Amino acid sequence: MRGWLESWPVYRQFRGEDRSGRGESAMSRRTAELRPRVGTADRVVKSVCPYCAVGCGQDVFVKDEKVVQIEGDPDSPVSRGRLCPKGSASLQLTTGSARRYDVLYRRPYGTEWERLSLDEAMDMIADRVIEARERGWQWEEDGARVRRTMGFASLGGATLDNEENYLIKKLFTALGAIQIENQARI
Amino acid sequence: MAECHPVGFQWVMEAKARGATVVHVDPRFTRTSALADLHVPLRAGSDIAFLGGLVNYVLTHEKDFREYVLAYTNAATIVGEEFRDTEDLDGVFSGLDRENRSYDPMTWQYEGAVVQAASGERDQEYEERTEAESTIREAARGEAHGAGGAGVSGEIHTDETLTHPRCVFQILKRHYARYTPEMVEQVCGVPQETFRRVCELVTENSGRERTTAFAYAVGWTQHTVGAQYIRTASILQSLLGNIGRPGGGILALRGHASIQGSTDIPTLFNLLPGYIPMPHAHQNETLDEFVQAEGAEKGYWGNLRSYLVSLMKAWWGPAATEDNDYAFGYLPRLTGSHSTYETVMAQLEGTCHGYFLMGENPAVGSANAKMQRLGMAALDWLVVRDFSLIESATWWKDGPEIETGELRTEDIGTEVFFLPAAAHTEKSGSFTNTQRLLQWHRQAVEPQGDARSDLWFTYHLGRRIRAKLAGSADEMNRPLLDLTWDYPVHGAIAEPDAEAVLAEINGSGPDGRPLSAYTELTDDGSTSCGCWIYCGVYADGVNQADRRKPRTEQDWVAKEWAWAWPANRRILYNRASADPDGRPWSERKAYVWWDGQKWTGHDVPDFEPGKAPDYRPEEGAKGPDALSGTDAFIMQADGKAWLYAPAGLVDGPLPAHYEPHESPFTNPLYSQQSNPVRQVIRHPENRYQPPGSEVFPYVTTTYRLTEHHTAGGMSRWLPYLAELQPEFFCEISPELAAERGLEHLGWATIVTARTAIEARVLVTERLTPLRVGGRTLHQVGLPYHWGPNGLSTGDAANELAPVVLDPNTHIQEVKAMACDIRPGRRPRGPALLEFVREYRRRAGITDETGMEM
Repeated sequence: MRGWLESWPVYRQFRGEDRSGRGESAMSRRTAELRPRVGTADRVVKSVCPYCAVGCGQDVFVKDEKVVQIEGDPDSPVSRGRLCPKGSASLQLTTGSARRYDVLYRRPYGTEWERLSLDEAMDMIADRVIEARERGWQWEEDGARVRRTMGFASLGGATLDNEENYLIKKLFTALGAIQIENQARI
Repeated sequence: MAECHPVGFQWVMEAKARGATVVHVDPRFTRTSALADLHVPLRAGSDIAFLGGLVNYVLTHEKDFREYVLAYTNAATIVGEEFRDTEDLDGVFSGLDRENRSYDPMTWQYEGAVVQAASGERDQEYEERTEAESTIREAARGEAHGAGGAGVSGEIHTDETLTHPRCVFQILKRHYARYTPEMVEQVCGVPQETFRRVCELVTENSGRERTTAFAYAVGWTQHTVGAQYIRTASILQSLLGNIGRPGGGILALRGHASIQGSTDIPTLFNLLPGYIPMPHAHQNETLDEFVQAEGAEKGYWGNLRSYLVSLMKAWWGPAATEDNDYAFGYLPRLTGSHSTYETVMAQLEGTCHGYFLMGENPAVGSANAKMQRLGMAALDWLVVRDFSLIESATWWKDGPEIETGELRTEDIGTEVFFLPAAAHTEKSGSFTNTQRLLQWHRQAVEPQGDARSDLWFTYHLGRRIRAKLAGSADEMNRPLLDLTWDYPVHGAIAEPDAEAVLAEINGSGPDGRPLSAYTELTDDGSTSCGCWIYCGVYADGVNQADRRKPRTEQDWVAKEWAWAWPANRRILYNRASADPDGRPWSERKAYVWWDGQKWTGHDVPDFEPGKAPDYRPEEGAKGPDALSGTDAFIMQADGKAWLYAPAGLVDGPLPAHYEPHESPFTNPLYSQQSNPVRQVIRHPENRYQPPGSEVFPYVTTTYRLTEHHTAGGMSRWLPYLAELQPEFFCEISPELAAERGLEHLGWATIVTARTAIEARVLVTERLTPLRVGGRTLHQVGLPYHWGPNGLSTGDAANELAPVVLDPNTHIQEVKAMACDIRPGRRPRGPALLEFVREYRRRAGITDETGMEM
């Protein structure tokens, strides 16, 4: 009898502290038992939002080696726990159905994508770089030494890590490429 | 800012809650305008006139912060006799070479001295600085947002009374005298009362007790005079004493997580890490000649040789020796501009055969998107690394040119590799945010399937190429085979250790231990450092970028959260926050100060810790030693903030208002219509519109929305974001809708000389007609996020844009274009081409149109 009565919100409202009926007294059992997704995570990994350059802090919640939620990091003096619509959609960006996980290959004059193993693709790309580099090689221009290749170019970097940019610039410069560019000009 | 950097905007609102006044100057009314005290709509492409009007107001009403101006700017410096201003030459500066469309900047120099620029183009005066012979025209420009700095040779002359007719202050006064409120009204469409209100707000809020900040984004940079926009703000802020002080500054709000980092550690053609210029081709150039030409005698660019030798040691290790000039000859050389738009031309000409796209989507994200796709169609091979099948990966199959019949899939010879990329949660590394803060993100999970980080891709690609070429005796392969390329790897996929790369960037000393500051770098090959301005990020072997002391446990500067370059300094040039004697300008604005023994304060002082305010250098002192105790701008050749730039810019020492390349108006300020040295590209697919054309009577500008990101690669595929902004639209005023018969939620076709696109119509008072040059001007707003792929689709606004560039930065002018707009959808297939051809015929467009100086 008492249990039945207590399941009635109005009874709880009049008996308990929550007289306005906007807190505990109005809560169903199901609601009371709900737990945030982040509550059952195995670990929280500190991260940074990948969209714009404000650099909002993110907490990445991992369960069973899968990312289950991404939220704003309240510790961050930059963002104080907040994220914008894009940052809040980071979970969908990183785990959504639009992401591809396979290498695709379109052969010259081909009309469709084909599959290729990552290893094969890497090997083919290495060959293409060597060939294009040699074809576009210049020792001199107008009598001045240039020691470079105009045979291949690279674009992008502003969405990548500093360390990635460093390796791109280092490798391609050592290969003699100069046409290395990113989003800073757009 | 509320639209595009919403979480950063919370600090503007925080300031407003404490009494700050917020002014929003923007052609459109946005969420920022809604929260600002004053919204000032203006004509897109007229900001130099607006800011120049503010400079004129400050000078006319003597509102400058005179003590600051005298101590910390070059206001008193005398400019050489040969200099001629736009006032003397009706809109152009002395040194204009009409044949080569370029300026010789030598006449812009100070009297008695040749100074090097802090950033920007530093190779312009190579011959004067080295007395060497050069056979190659120097055309490449430096980076505009650099850390810059450089040298003075000779003796600078000054007039502390600021009355000498050739002192910078007087030149400035004459130059901006014509930027009156009446002129601002005529050029910008801003009523004089509104403009005066802005002048009063800005000047009343500057001085000892108060500071004013300017925040900007690509609305200021994507113009043929973009670098000069920022220069105008620099002049204004320097006159008002708003640089180097808390609450002041000119703040670039950048749009990608590491766009600052990819500029500092540049995937850019004209720079090496830390804003060291890429060398240009010169006869027999040695390391010493390069340092002499590009470095400085005074200030921290005086140590360029140490920065560069340490970089060469990081890249080539034991192969970089004193005997071989520390492998300086291994660096490839520039011969002009090799920016992304020149690369497209090289693809079209058949000299560039292969292309890597690393998280960028130029098929819709770059100006004149069609040229980008045609360039890719001329390649032998293309590698696209991204999350999803973006337009740059699929144009050969379903691009707009397939629909119009200009390309046939079966005829396109480009081999395309699509490699899935790892997300930020699947790799460790650092992003540098827009305030120079390096923040480490830790790997949470392993990437699935074939997805890999770009660290993995680049490292293993390099490893494979090196293996294939191992043993080669060809001199061409020496830099590659001598390269230091041994990074520890871990896990099943052999992911390189990002922290090992960070350690290399930080640099190490002779004992192999991590360095703590760039002041430890030497030029004798005993130190190595991959990016001198990042030196200290791995001090004591600790990843300083990964510091995460909660904000609640430290002060408002939050120095123990992550790490800011340089030296964990949060405000640059903060010596200027104190007066010449080292005392805070006011208690309210105290930031760093001289305590009698050393510099101290809330931030890391941007000054030698023990250099007293009354320190004066000995005669002949060089580098940092040559800076006096009041030379607050320590990267500058003369230690001063530049109101007038004697070097570094290729289009003039002072900003002048020029009309956008495609403008419906003639320039009311000068008979020179547009920037005379703007970079034009002649190509059948890049036809320009004539200035003042009645066929293209409206102004259009592109921008972002809160719910999408750049060219859409990280947002148009997400259901949440696609639902929030489901398709491409244009914003127009009710007046324009009535004039052209456009219906809300109906379709509009927007036309330029390049092509026509269609968009849903949003009729809104957020865009308002302006009175410009005596007539009503309507502006068309175009968010640029779209393309045909993904969940949220639409035409790309960049189809409309011409490739015409700022000559300093090679950035395209997409923020102010002229267009036509009409009701209904655009034609399909070959009919679209005919439709645009008819527009060109009506406007009388030929291959010469727009090419005039």
